[in-house]
Amino acid sequence: MNKKYDIVVVGAGPAGSTAARFAAQSGASVLLLEKDREIGIPVRCAEGVGEKGLETVVKIKPHWIAQEVSGVTLISPSEDRVDVESNEMGYVLNRKIFDYELAQMAATAGADVLTRAYVHGLLFREGKVSGVKLQHLDAELEVEASIVIGADGVESRVGRWAGLKTKTSMKDMETCAQVTASHIDVDERYCQFYFSNEKYPGGYLWIFPKGNGLANVGLGLSGEYSKHKSPLACLQDFLDAKFPHASILTTVAGGVPCSPTLEQIISDGLMLVGDAAHQANPVSGGGITSGMIAAKIAGQVAGAAIADGNVSKKRLTEYVNLWNKAEGNKHKVFYKLKKFVYNLTDEELDNAARILLDMPIEKRTLVNIFKSALIKHPSLIVDIIKAFA
Amino acid sequence: MEIKNMQGISYRRDLCDFCGTCVAVCPHDAIELSENDLQITEKCTQCMNCVYICPVRALGGSDE
Repeated sequence: MNKKYDIVVVGAGPAGSTAARFAAQSGASVLLLEKDREIGIPVRCAEGVGEKGLETVVKIKPHWIAQEVSGVTLISPSEDRVDVESNEMGYVLNRKIFDYELAQMAATAGADVLTRAYVHGLLFREGKVSGVKLQHLDAELEVEASIVIGADGVESRVGRWAGLKTKTSMKDMETCAQVTASHIDVDERYCQFYFSNEKYPGGYLWIFPKGNGLANVGLGLSGEYSKHKSPLACLQDFLDAKFPHASILTTVAGGVPCSPTLEQIISDGLMLVGDAAHQANPVSGGGITSGMIAAKIAGQVAGAAIADGNVSKKRLTEYVNLWNKAEGNKHKVFYKLKKFVYNLTDEELDNAARILLDMPIEKRTLVNIFKSALIKHPSLIVDIIKAFA
Repeated sequence: MEIKNMQGISYRRDLCDFCGTCVAVCPHDAIELSENDLQITEKCTQCMNCVYICPVRALGGSDE
């Protein structure tokens, strides 16, 4: 590791490693820092992705995939099960391997990578971000950089230190618990989603199969409702009721910011990507692909800005514009949809499920699902059709 | 089990998953989290956001 780089990336999740890879490919000198002892661990994620979006950022390798899925099963409060075939292949990943190899790809592209590197502050010169302060093992270090990319996840502080407004509201924070367990006997062709405003207010419970009876089983609740019961306690109740013989191999907890993208994700010499920028899909909370799409753009723009010798906020606005065009604008519509979906009563959810069950499976597309759920909300339907068009 | 009290918040390291969800909802940037420890600094105003959001109930009101 040197004392000076063009670009320092804080956090080696999928977004951080992707930003580092594309920045290094553009010819910039790049340092990628990870606070944990090993990249890819712990996995605080349900690990589901769609093929199309991910392929725009990285060629998917077979050994990253735990299970292929062809659609989803939506399960209503009274447990009507609605299978919906997707128009693309879905995958449940092994993120331990996936994250590790994405970081390796950044290294292959020329980035320096360092684990056990805990960034605890930024350096400033003339009021502008000029590097990071970090602890590596027992050494206190300072590394100068023209651009710092904060990919430091839900707990992001890089943006805060730079003066950006990054706080997540309680309402928009999904607080989650998940186990990876065996003896989860489900149809492994589908990812399963349980909805109930009473049991999982502001969120849902998921089962994402990983093959041979292994699955990620987890749930998220809006922070507005988690005061009374923790997601871990709710998950335990579900497992006791549905899968009393499950063997639990991993237990993790974590939060997902489910808002539209933060208003400010750049500053002079600073960019935020992934969960740190609130770039997960606000309805589903899925953030792997969207974070990586943003990170690819951010890495490329950062590299070009270095080549131009101009890392001003104005120069970096290109990243914001391209992100909004790619996904950010859609997320604003999804956020409206989220507010609607999570306000549905259990009775309304049951009714929507029955309408869908009467539909032949080939007609159960996402747009039709929303149409049937939104029958009394035409303006929202128009927004959604525009977003998918 | 060890309970640490900081700024009127109790913290149980044995339950904590170090996920950082509390850090994200703290309005005052009062929580310092590393790979294996958590500190609540005197910037805390006891709004209890961290207690209510904690997915594993490692944080609590100090009277609980």
